[in-house]
Amino acid sequence: MSRAGSIVPEPIARQPWAMLIPLLLLVLFGAAVLYSAAGGSMQPFASSHLIRFSIFLVMASIIASLPREFVKFMTYPAYIGVLLLLIAVEVIGQVGGGSQRWIDFGFMVLQPSELMKPVIVLVLARFYASLPVGLITDWRAILIPAALIAVPMAFVLLQPDLGTSLAIAFGGAVVMLLAGLPMQWFIGGGIAAAIAAPLAFFFGLQDYQQRRVMTLFDPESDPLGAGYHIAQSKIAIGSGGIVGKGFNNGSQSHLQYLPEPHTDFVFATMAEEWGLIGGIFVIGIFAIILRWGTRVALTSRDRFSSLVAAGMVATIFFYIAVNLMMVMGMAPVVGIPLPFMSHGGSSMMTNMICIGALMMVNRWNRNAPRGGLEN
Amino acid sequence: MAKRRRNQPIVSASTLKNTFDRRSMVVGSIQGGIGVLLAARMGYLAIAENEKYRLESESNRVNLTLIPPRRGWILDRNGAPLASNRADFRVDLIPDRLVDADATIDEIGALLSLSPARIADVKQKVAAVSGFQPVEVASGLDYEQFAALSVRLPDMQGVVPQRGFSRFYPTGPSVGHLIGYVGPANAEEYDEEERNPLLITPGYKIGKDGLEKQFEQELRGEPGARRVEVTASGRIIRDLDTREDIQGDPVRLTIDGPLQDYAARRIGLESGSVVVMDCATGDLLCMASMPSFDPNSFSDGIGSVEYAMLREDARIPLRNKVLKGLYPPGSTVKPMHCMAFLKAGIAPDEAITCAGGRRIGNRFFNCWSNHGRVDMAKAIYQSCDSYFYHFAQLIGFDKVAEMAKLTGMGEEFPLPVTSQFYGTVPNADWKRNKFDRDWEPFDTVNASIGQGYYLASPLQLAVSSARLATGRHVMPRLTMDAAPKGFDQVDFPDEHVRYVRQAMSDVVNGPGTAGRGRLPFEDIKMAGKTGTAQVVSLSVSDGRSGPWKYRDHGLFTFFAPFDNPRYAGAVVIEHGGGSGAAYPIARDVMTFMFDPAKGLEKLNALEKQWGGTAQERLDNKYARYAAERGEAVVAAPRRDEDIFDQVEAEARVAAQQSEEIAEDFVAPREEATPRGAPTPTPNQTLSPTAPNAPPSTQAGTP
Repeated sequence: MSRAGSIVPEPIARQPWAMLIPLLLLVLFGAAVLYSAAGGSMQPFASSHLIRFSIFLVMASIIASLPREFVKFMTYPAYIGVLLLLIAVEVIGQVGGGSQRWIDFGFMVLQPSELMKPVIVLVLARFYASLPVGLITDWRAILIPAALIAVPMAFVLLQPDLGTSLAIAFGGAVVMLLAGLPMQWFIGGGIAAAIAAPLAFFFGLQDYQQRRVMTLFDPESDPLGAGYHIAQSKIAIGSGGIVGKGFNNGSQSHLQYLPEPHTDFVFATMAEEWGLIGGIFVIGIFAIILRWGTRVALTSRDRFSSLVAAGMVATIFFYIAVNLMMVMGMAPVVGIPLPFMSHGGSSMMTNMICIGALMMVNRWNRNAPRGGLEN
Repeated sequence: MAKRRRNQPIVSASTLKNTFDRRSMVVGSIQGGIGVLLAARMGYLAIAENEKYRLESESNRVNLTLIPPRRGWILDRNGAPLASNRADFRVDLIPDRLVDADATIDEIGALLSLSPARIADVKQKVAAVSGFQPVEVASGLDYEQFAALSVRLPDMQGVVPQRGFSRFYPTGPSVGHLIGYVGPANAEEYDEEERNPLLITPGYKIGKDGLEKQFEQELRGEPGARRVEVTASGRIIRDLDTREDIQGDPVRLTIDGPLQDYAARRIGLESGSVVVMDCATGDLLCMASMPSFDPNSFSDGIGSVEYAMLREDARIPLRNKVLKGLYPPGSTVKPMHCMAFLKAGIAPDEAITCAGGRRIGNRFFNCWSNHGRVDMAKAIYQSCDSYFYHFAQLIGFDKVAEMAKLTGMGEEFPLPVTSQFYGTVPNADWKRNKFDRDWEPFDTVNASIGQGYYLASPLQLAVSSARLATGRHVMPRLTMDAAPKGFDQVDFPDEHVRYVRQAMSDVVNGPGTAGRGRLPFEDIKMAGKTGTAQVVSLSVSDGRSGPWKYRDHGLFTFFAPFDNPRYAGAVVIEHGGGSGAAYPIARDVMTFMFDPAKGLEKLNALEKQWGGTAQERLDNKYARYAAERGEAVVAAPRRDEDIFDQVEAEARVAAQQSEEIAEDFVAPREEATPRGAPTPTPNQTLSPTAPNAPPSTQAGTP
């Protein structure tokens, strides 16, 4: 792709600009939307959004420079570390007398469940990469990964955080699928999920979560309750029309009709002011980024790299798809922010880890000879 | 198992790579598909449904509040307000938006120091009305209270304090029955007007009774509107634009405000009504009915304590006695019956002998006194019953009834009032229809002196008096924009009119039954006719003492000056114990009419004895009652309409009370001050006719 503009120095030309430039545009656009969501002010959202992006971009480049062997070596310890953090959250919550999702380290507030999303991809990629080829159809090939997914999921569900636990499951499932597990297992799993879903709905979900799902089917049933968020979001998007109401002119967000205009519903805030054109721009950039990520996965030399890249793409995709479906009234309100646009450190961190991992695999691809097999 | 075995050899690093590539493509395509789906969904929302969502967003953003229009004034004939508006601060609740109704009401109650009874009323009302109907908590607040409440507003959902206008009736109870009052619209009224949002705007009131209700459309005006940009929590960001309200049209009545107030106050402790008309135009100058309620205190809803007090009062302060009080007219019909005799060809000097009564058919019917030789004039000024028994029997009561109807008895007048009772002029057909019994001689006897089944309202008595006084078919009117009517129709020949006028003047100024009714003026003489209407038979009560409700009604119809009538009217005092309760009131009202200072002097002296003006007495009574009864009162019926329907139904029943004694001859009682036997007063000598030179001579001369 960005193969040597001769004038540009090599280390810079080497960077995956085809992804980085759209990403940068998206983050800047996100900052503009946050500027408007704050009522026409850089504070408190837009500036911290840009600062966080800068910090996490540095973090991503550091990740990108990690050698493969080190990453492979660190995978299991990282998984166990994050799992311990999840347990710590639960314990602190129990002691403190109320459930919570984060740990306050003083210098930063960390949400371990966010870290688990990229880590689960890494750990499964590591597992399948080291699994002897012939064993892929063996029961162990699914049971151990299933346990690796189920344990963190259970802790996240305890918090309770349905959105994040589904994201973990989704990332893990995609890696399992791409690892080549027999298709029947997925079909069987799908059928099992179809049966389990109603049971989980009635017995597993909190009351407020049930209501959110129900209002999806009939948003008008409770226009001032759970359906209010979806209804207002649709009003914001629909009233934007093709070109939008203009920068800083969104009434839905400025007059606080839109819930969470800077986090979960940032897309609605954007669509109200920038219209369909803004929406196509955002979706288009996501498509470019994910397409780049998929290509990185496909051009990978080894199983670990390709599974890591594909898993990271799936994780980012899950954020985007669920968030957009939610704001457009096609999915329940689950509290998943939109990558690179929503204000919020944890999601920015997770997504930049994914980006960093993709850049890392991209670098490995360039350095290693094509077709080299390594297990 | 077999399948597994077959698969096994295929699995290798390269097949896994293949699987990976293939599945990646599938996953990628699904992702792309979802992306396209999302874009399509967004396009659908933003293009196909753009119109709908744009409207919804706009209706989110913009809040339209109606500004209740200022109500049109109700003016008296000289342009003075009988009902006006006062700027004030008020607080309403919108039950739908209250989170914890009782707690909020208690908090407001404490803040505004409302009485416990008022707080209980508000709670009950909030519980009873449909959620969208605003409930008034208080009006007429001072600025400090208003400010104190406004400061706490963010914590109080559904509380609406505002600056507005409230209806003000300067003369309070004096105009209560006539003007009615205003109040918030109820659910039925809201539905009837196709859910006009104005009706549920806090602070907006509609006419609930009387003229306020009758002229609702004229008085209403056009609401203003304020468009504001609001946040989701209802905070106003800025005003977009404001349209001023247009005040309702004023309604100008023929009522003379000071006279109305005077008459109402002059009724004093009695229960009754005064109607005064202008003989030249038919203008109703005064339609006072007392005791009454204070319409000012009704506009925020009828409180339980207030309602209980009014309900328990035997003098029925909620009934408009001018229009809905029906009474046997008694002797007040006699001049009018004389008109019937004259028309039938009876000469005025044709005389009979009253021997303390008269034999009609084979039965002897008592007169209230023994009058000896009685001609028409004496029959009027001495109110001799025998004369009327005789001639009514002679010409037949049907002719008399016809005349009664001509003078307005039993007539419903084309007036802008919500309801009027039209009473009864009995005759043979009527009796057969109603009771399926034949008309008996005693029916003629009863009816000839305005007893028996005869029923008339004070308004009808006043109109009858005006028609007799002018000889014209005077139609009453209540608003200045209605044209005077009936003056081109001559009901009675002039000589008949003059004769009757003179005889009626003698009732007051001559040897008649209302000797104390003379006006304190040399040159203005009032003519009139006394009446005493029995409500129970002689065996139950003597009509003057004993239980109030068994006492006779006192009636008086009048006009003045007697020789060139300008004003005519009627006074009816319920259970006043005879006409002696009625005609002094007529005298003072007419005195006030010609010389207000003199009239007020009399009234002030009387009010000192009574313990204040009508308004003061009502307020004191309320305070006493509330202190005594306080909590233990029965709640008011939910809707004002029910209250007044009940009052009207009871009025109809009450009007039938006298029918019970009409089953037989009603032995007449003594007239109020019959011994009118010419008391030697200065007036006497000035009287144009000596008692023993009856006016018949005048009328008789061709």
